[in-house]
Amino acid sequence: MLLNIKNLHLEIGGKEIIKGLNLGINKGEVHAIMGPNGTGKSTLAAAITGREGYDVTKGEIVYKGIDILEMPPEDRAKEGIFLSFQYPVEIPGVSMTNFMRTAMNEHLEYQGKNPIPATDFLKRMDEKKKIVEIHSKLTNRSVNEGFSGGEKKKNEIFQMAMLEPTLSILDETDSGLDIDALRIVANGVNTLKTSENAFIIITHYQRLLDYIEPDFVHVLYDGQIVKSGGKDLAIELEEKGYDWIKQENENY
Amino acid sequence: MSKKNNILDEVTQGEYKYGFVTDIETETAPKGLTEDTIRFISGKKKEPEFMLEFRLKAFRHWQKLKEPTWAHISHPPIDYQDIIYYAAPKKKKELESLDQVDPDLLETFKKLGISLEEQKRLSGVAVDAVIDSVSVKTTFQDTLSKHGIIFCSFSEAVTNHPDLVKKHMGSVVPYTDNYFAALNSSVFSDGSFCYIPKGVRCPIELSTYFRINAANTGQFERTLIIAEDDSYVSYMEGCTAPMRDENQLHAAIVEIVAMNNAEVKYSTVQNWYPGNKDGVGGIYNFVTKRGMCKGTNSKIAWTQVETGSAITWKYPSCILLGNNSIGEFYSVAVTNNHQQADTGSKMIHIGKNTKSTIISKGISAGFSNNSYRGLVKITKRAGNSRNFSQCDSLLLGDKCGAHTFPYIKADNKSSVIEHEATTSKISDDQLFYCNQRGISTENAIGLIVNGYAKEVLSQLPMEFAVEAQKLLQIMLEGSVG
Repeated sequence: MLLNIKNLHLEIGGKEIIKGLNLGINKGEVHAIMGPNGTGKSTLAAAITGREGYDVTKGEIVYKGIDILEMPPEDRAKEGIFLSFQYPVEIPGVSMTNFMRTAMNEHLEYQGKNPIPATDFLKRMDEKKKIVEIHSKLTNRSVNEGFSGGEKKKNEIFQMAMLEPTLSILDETDSGLDIDALRIVANGVNTLKTSENAFIIITHYQRLLDYIEPDFVHVLYDGQIVKSGGKDLAIELEEKGYDWIKQENENY
Repeated sequence: MSKKNNILDEVTQGEYKYGFVTDIETETAPKGLTEDTIRFISGKKKEPEFMLEFRLKAFRHWQKLKEPTWAHISHPPIDYQDIIYYAAPKKKKELESLDQVDPDLLETFKKLGISLEEQKRLSGVAVDAVIDSVSVKTTFQDTLSKHGIIFCSFSEAVTNHPDLVKKHMGSVVPYTDNYFAALNSSVFSDGSFCYIPKGVRCPIELSTYFRINAANTGQFERTLIIAEDDSYVSYMEGCTAPMRDENQLHAAIVEIVAMNNAEVKYSTVQNWYPGNKDGVGGIYNFVTKRGMCKGTNSKIAWTQVETGSAITWKYPSCILLGNNSIGEFYSVAVTNNHQQADTGSKMIHIGKNTKSTIISKGISAGFSNNSYRGLVKITKRAGNSRNFSQCDSLLLGDKCGAHTFPYIKADNKSSVIEHEATTSKISDDQLFYCNQRGISTENAIGLIVNGYAKEVLSQLPMEFAVEAQKLLQIMLEGSVG
């Protein structure tokens, strides 16, 4: 199993947000995590990627057979965990090219390899930009600075393509995208999908799942996965909304 | 949050641990400052009468002045009678090889990418007879003299070119200018002199490194650069390598004169000993730097990267006297631990259609205080003049301070002044974003800080810029190696 989350409990500022969550993911799988606002979806992404201030109080996150809870976020990244941010961060003055090259070289160094030569790097950039149809000039600009909402999300997928992660988490990558950008982003993901990697797609809506077909759909509610199923579950949720889930769970 | 704080602490509590062990036999003047001291200095240097007179006038004026207190800095009172004002270094104790040099220092050199020859020179290692640097220096001197360019120590200029010195010395920074300028004018030890004749474009970047006898300039340095009509020169001062000095008080003067259509670029990287982690020791650096755009269409550009010194008090300025003249100031000032910097620029517009640009980037970390202080003055006759100022501050941690003191005075209606200022912090979001892409926190800070300072760094000559970039990162990395 690529990722195995066992009985995860997590607090932010003393308040328990994740309350005993279990999730197993194998290579080659796409898992969708759905659920109403404020149920802990983005918190789960933060826990897997190792963001500070998210205190795991119980349970474990086992990735490639190792419990990664003590691993710093940059090492988790270099072990192949990638997060496509819901709100990509702007870094003024740092060009996308420079940023990406620094990131790539840190990955290579971690693998005990030499830095990528400039010409190879630029060639790779050009190839990967095509996947998400982003303009050349975008990579000359500062990281996410002045990017439109759509450009920011495409830029996340571009970085994913550059770094070729094993486990990618897409945190509401579909929010704020028009239908064309959504299609481009989804195509990008489908292009990058292999039998050797896996995806977690966090979303409110079924919309993105029309383009990226999930193998499993999980409903996260009040810090736990309360329902799992196939693609049909997403369609059911789209039709019925989340209220029946809430009711079902409050009846317990 | 605890881990991040640790990293920030580590980053901001780094101690400057490199410097020079100086064991120099000196021929010194007695402590204290009197007319006799001045006569002693002038006599030692075998100066012509006009120099002694200049010094004495400056000294008499200095005695009437009080140390300025308006800067946003604090330090224990300086006892000016407890300072030795003249110490001629006889000969540096030479080491036999780099093996004898502090390995930490070598590590820093390596990180900065300083060549082996340069490393030897900086750390006082004896160099072989057939070394590159000497022949390089000679070649440079040949090239320069072919173009009629004079580039020598200030003392040599006083001896060999007294008319030029007499004409221009004090014409931009008169000894009456301020307390420290008066002090420097009384006791200055040596410095650099540079003269670019009419119509000459200096073919190389002039650096004090290429000036023979550049080694012993001391604590009261004086530089004079004269660019005649239609000439150009790019001048580099200082180096990114850490510099230690026993003298706590430094008060230098730099004067630049640019005639019609002349252009002077002056770049500084300053990395003096900043004191220890608790703010003990360190250099007090009180510098007066000013350029006079005397001719029409003349241009003077200051670029500085300030990372050292316990106290930096420094306002490289331009007097835009000639019509259409241009003044520029680009600055990155980094303060860490208990360092204090009060730095900025003055742009005095006198000629018509004059333009000035001020780009100041302050970076504060630790418990330091970093102030921008600037004056933009547009006089009545300076019609259609323009100024653009941008003063940005970046804070690392929550115990440091950033301050901005802009003064603007406009006396005509056809001129335009723009001032922009921002204060920002490196956010947790930015650091996490970098971490998530595999970039360590230290490298992320380096990346973000260099991005922030890019506009200024890009003004530096190429080789300087690369070193300065690394310096910024090392500076904030703290103790490395």
